[in-house]
Amino acid sequence: MFQLSPEGIKEIKNELGRYEARESAIIPSLYIAQKENKGWISPEVITALSELMEIPASKINEVFKFYTMFNQKPVGKHHVQVCTNISCALEGGRELARHICRELKTKKDEVTADGRFSISNVECLGSCGTAPMMQVNDRYYENLTPESAMNILRGMK
Amino acid sequence: MEVKLLTEFYHLEEFRSLEGYKKNGGYLELNKALKMQPQQIIDEVKASGLRGRGGAGFPTGMKWGFLPKNGEPRYLLCNADEGEPGTFKDRMMMERAPHQLIEGMIISAFAIGSKKSYIYVRGEYDFPIECLRVAVKEAYAAGYLGKNILNSGFDHDLDVYRGAGAYICGEETGMISSLEGLKGQPKLKPPFPAVQGYLRKPTIVNNVETLAAVKYIIRDGAAAYKKYGTEKSTGTKLFSLSGNVKKPGNYEVPLGYSLMNLITQEGGGIKAGRRLKAVIPGGSSAPVLTADEVAKATLDYECLSAMGTMLGSGAVIVIDDSQCMVDVLGVLTHFYHHESCGQCTPCREGTGWLNKIVHSILEGRGRLQDIDLLLKVADNMKGRTICALSDAAALPVLSFVQKFRDEFEFYVREGRSKVKGTTYAEMHH
Repeated sequence: MFQLSPEGIKEIKNELGRYEARESAIIPSLYIAQKENKGWISPEVITALSELMEIPASKINEVFKFYTMFNQKPVGKHHVQVCTNISCALEGGRELARHICRELKTKKDEVTADGRFSISNVECLGSCGTAPMMQVNDRYYENLTPESAMNILRGMK
Repeated sequence: MEVKLLTEFYHLEEFRSLEGYKKNGGYLELNKALKMQPQQIIDEVKASGLRGRGGAGFPTGMKWGFLPKNGEPRYLLCNADEGEPGTFKDRMMMERAPHQLIEGMIISAFAIGSKKSYIYVRGEYDFPIECLRVAVKEAYAAGYLGKNILNSGFDHDLDVYRGAGAYICGEETGMISSLEGLKGQPKLKPPFPAVQGYLRKPTIVNNVETLAAVKYIIRDGAAAYKKYGTEKSTGTKLFSLSGNVKKPGNYEVPLGYSLMNLITQEGGGIKAGRRLKAVIPGGSSAPVLTADEVAKATLDYECLSAMGTMLGSGAVIVIDDSQCMVDVLGVLTHFYHHESCGQCTPCREGTGWLNKIVHSILEGRGRLQDIDLLLKVADNMKGRTICALSDAAALPVLSFVQKFRDEFEFYVREGRSKVKGTTYAEMHH
């Protein structure tokens, strides 16, 4: 059963009072809850948020599903998002994503057996000058080669 | 020929901190502005010719002038959603000069009479957001935000709001919807945000770079700002250069600068053994230019508009002759289909069909009539929707097919790329 931590509850209550409209706290609260649920948001999480925030679950759900940074299925401990939009594609971003999948013996959008990694192709991350690149959880890794990307990932526990 | 107006101190690590910022002219213009009349500031910005630096290029002073003059509460929203593919200039400013943006915002807020502003930042920009939050805290502690700023009697609160991954939230009303706690779907205009925006109150939405530029217009005056650029495209602009070029990065140059020079001088030119083939001059939504057209282009609103494309966000994407234009278009059609918010049928269905047809050609299943079908679908997506994403998705398709039709025809006939010789499966699996 999913339960928010006391700190999480406190943070969410804070967000509820922070903006002009209470609903504006939905996005910040989804981030808080996602962090506490191993990087993804299940229906249980939505229920917990709805009860705490006193906002209908359907409202929270439609916001949740609209945005790409909220994960609707489990992700790896290190969620690897490789940009494959135009500037990165011109500089090998798609090949990089495939290389990572091959090296980690996994497929796009699946979690590795040991739970450490999931790989996704994503749209432009605003790092076009340092292509190709990837975002792992919240952090950018830029100017990558297939080798340097694997070195970075292999160093992640 | 870079001009370091906004970017003068970006090389200094300390410029990010309040202390380092103040050492290099920080908040002097806020002080100056608060001693002016708000209307004076608006007039100065109008006279400067500053145009929105996010993509639309709408005259900033004119936009501010649309606000009601009745003193009712109004909001200032900084659009830091920076999602246009190829664009990464606002990120640089938020990371290296967050106080520059904050100062520009407070000055602008004072000019329009706003007591509350938000910086809406795309969710992926974790580090820029952190830089902004630290800077906002510093600004409050130093009295540049909050009550009675610098004893002027002007109160202002500023908060940073993190988005969650949606290109459409870069559209001003999509951003407003998102900030209100809704799905980030755009709203019909009119009413325009200046009349009815955030929470139905008068709202000004401006890009990061636009707001930062206000500081320099106050510092040097409108006349000095107009010395840069062209008659209708005044000032400097940050251009994000990327793609198949030796020195990608952000470069500040005066508007009107030669596009070819940006690529060959600042950008170091094309890599050895390759040649320039095409350039997308203003972010992925801007129609593509052939190499011949690039030679004639200057980076200002009028020239690029007259050439059938646009300055847009200033994201210059360089494509060399190793690239297959059908393949490149497939990357773009995938993007727009992914990002369509779904409200309007021409966009929701159209982006899906454009993507399907291009990928069907890429996978060797294209028919000759598919090429004209692409043009027809794209044509039916323009000017019929709540927002411009539909047009933005259509324009690349139209320009790629019109200017590189031979590649599409070859691919349909032969089932493989004219440039690469290989099939899609061979290219990407």
